[in-house]
Amino acid sequence: MSEKCIVCPCEDVTLADVEQAIGLGYLDIDEVKRFTGLGTGPCQGKQCMVTTCVLLKKAQAADPHRQERQPEAHTAPHPFTPRPPVMPVSLYVLAAGKGADRER
Amino acid sequence: MSASQRMPAAAKQLAAEAETVIIGGGIMGLGIAYELARRGRSDIHVLEQEYLTSGASGRNGGGVRMQWSTEMNVRLMQESIEICRDFASELGMNVWLRQGGYLFLIRSQAELAQLERTVALQNRCGVPTRILTPQEALRIVPELNVHSFVAACYNPRDGVVFPWPFLWGYANAASELGVSIHTYTKVTGIDVLGPHAFVVHTSKGKIRCERIINAAGAWSPAVAKLVGIELPNHPHRHEILATESLKPFLKPLVSVLSSGLYFSQSMRGEIVGGITVPDVDDGQVHMGSRLRFLEDMSAELLQVMPVLSQVRVLRQWAGPYDVSPDGLPILGEPDGLPGFFLVCGFVGHGFMMAPVIARCYAELLCGGKRHPVFDRCKLSRFRDGTSEREVMIIG
Repeated sequence: MSEKCIVCPCEDVTLADVEQAIGLGYLDIDEVKRFTGLGTGPCQGKQCMVTTCVLLKKAQAADPHRQERQPEAHTAPHPFTPRPPVMPVSLYVLAAGKGADRER
Repeated sequence: MSASQRMPAAAKQLAAEAETVIIGGGIMGLGIAYELARRGRSDIHVLEQEYLTSGASGRNGGGVRMQWSTEMNVRLMQESIEICRDFASELGMNVWLRQGGYLFLIRSQAELAQLERTVALQNRCGVPTRILTPQEALRIVPELNVHSFVAACYNPRDGVVFPWPFLWGYANAASELGVSIHTYTKVTGIDVLGPHAFVVHTSKGKIRCERIINAAGAWSPAVAKLVGIELPNHPHRHEILATESLKPFLKPLVSVLSSGLYFSQSMRGEIVGGITVPDVDDGQVHMGSRLRFLEDMSAELLQVMPVLSQVRVLRQWAGPYDVSPDGLPILGEPDGLPGFFLVCGFVGHGFMMAPVIARCYAELLCGGKRHPVFDRCKLSRFRDGTSEREVMIIG
């Protein structure tokens, strides 16, 4: 596969970038997210999450220390924490909701 | 790519014994581990309950400033920012320090009187903070709506760092010097065998040690309870949002002390900021996101920067402040427990203070100079009632 293959189109993170992060030892999905910036753009990981999980799963299977690093290495890597809002929302829309009387 | 960008090699099993066990793999614990190892004391195991950057050290806004109301904090932060400036060359990791200054906006005359005193103190310490009129503030950030403000203050040497590489830089450098870092290793119990003799029980086994450093941040009261100590600090949720990226236009970090609003533009162009929102105070660490934060934050941000109204929020997250009653940290050994060291209660500014505090702590533990901060920040001050409050706290 070409190393220019894009994993995260929002932040222009390539397959080579993710493989490099994994090669440097960033083996937790939250670490890969923070090191490469993938999943932090407008779609917040909706396009790159599954690919990254697969890449990490393969890497963890090849890592002799995986039992220490990731106690649940035999299962699929968990996704990174979803961050609200579900889709980008303008500040003025959010500001208009201030003080609204509702359950939260 | 430098070799030091590597993550530390996965530590093997916990050793049966170690000189020092540091509880908490945040900036404070890793910074102290690095500074101790640099002084030749590398028999250290750092225990982190999740992954590196999972706690407040990976969730903060990255601000580093010298503008404080107590001389101790002003002087500590002058030194800390000097260390930040050398961090990339010393540790081989770019922490993206950008000294664009901090601009504080003031809404009332009462606040201004307080500010005049703190700025005079900062000037005496050699910090070039200036009090500005609202019109002068506009020269630094032309997009501000200054109508509700009576004054501002600005120190061009304050700045912002990118927190994650800071943490990785310390972790990698400490690891290369022989420190063992254990992620996903939760402390479940501590036996006190006597002075300087402990057994730390963890989810990965137990380890005997001479010294424990409680660097667990918002989790530090829970860790202290394991040795029967009640700490007066408590966790408080603090939320942040990030917007879509904009062309770089905002030089300083801007803050409104009365509401706890702060925001800056990251090197990626996002507006990143937070605001104080009341929270339940049940002693537990809460990291869930709330709609109320987005609303309060957006309303106050647009009051100050109406030009951002169409800008979209991409994400929000939360991290725990470790709040001490007087805004100052809690350091040193509690009475009657030699070998158990505290480094907690930093109220949201532990990240920026870690470089200097880590150095002071390593000096102390290696028998060197005892920095006055250790006498000022003893746990016993809360019992003896000798507290001077730090008031320049955001959030």
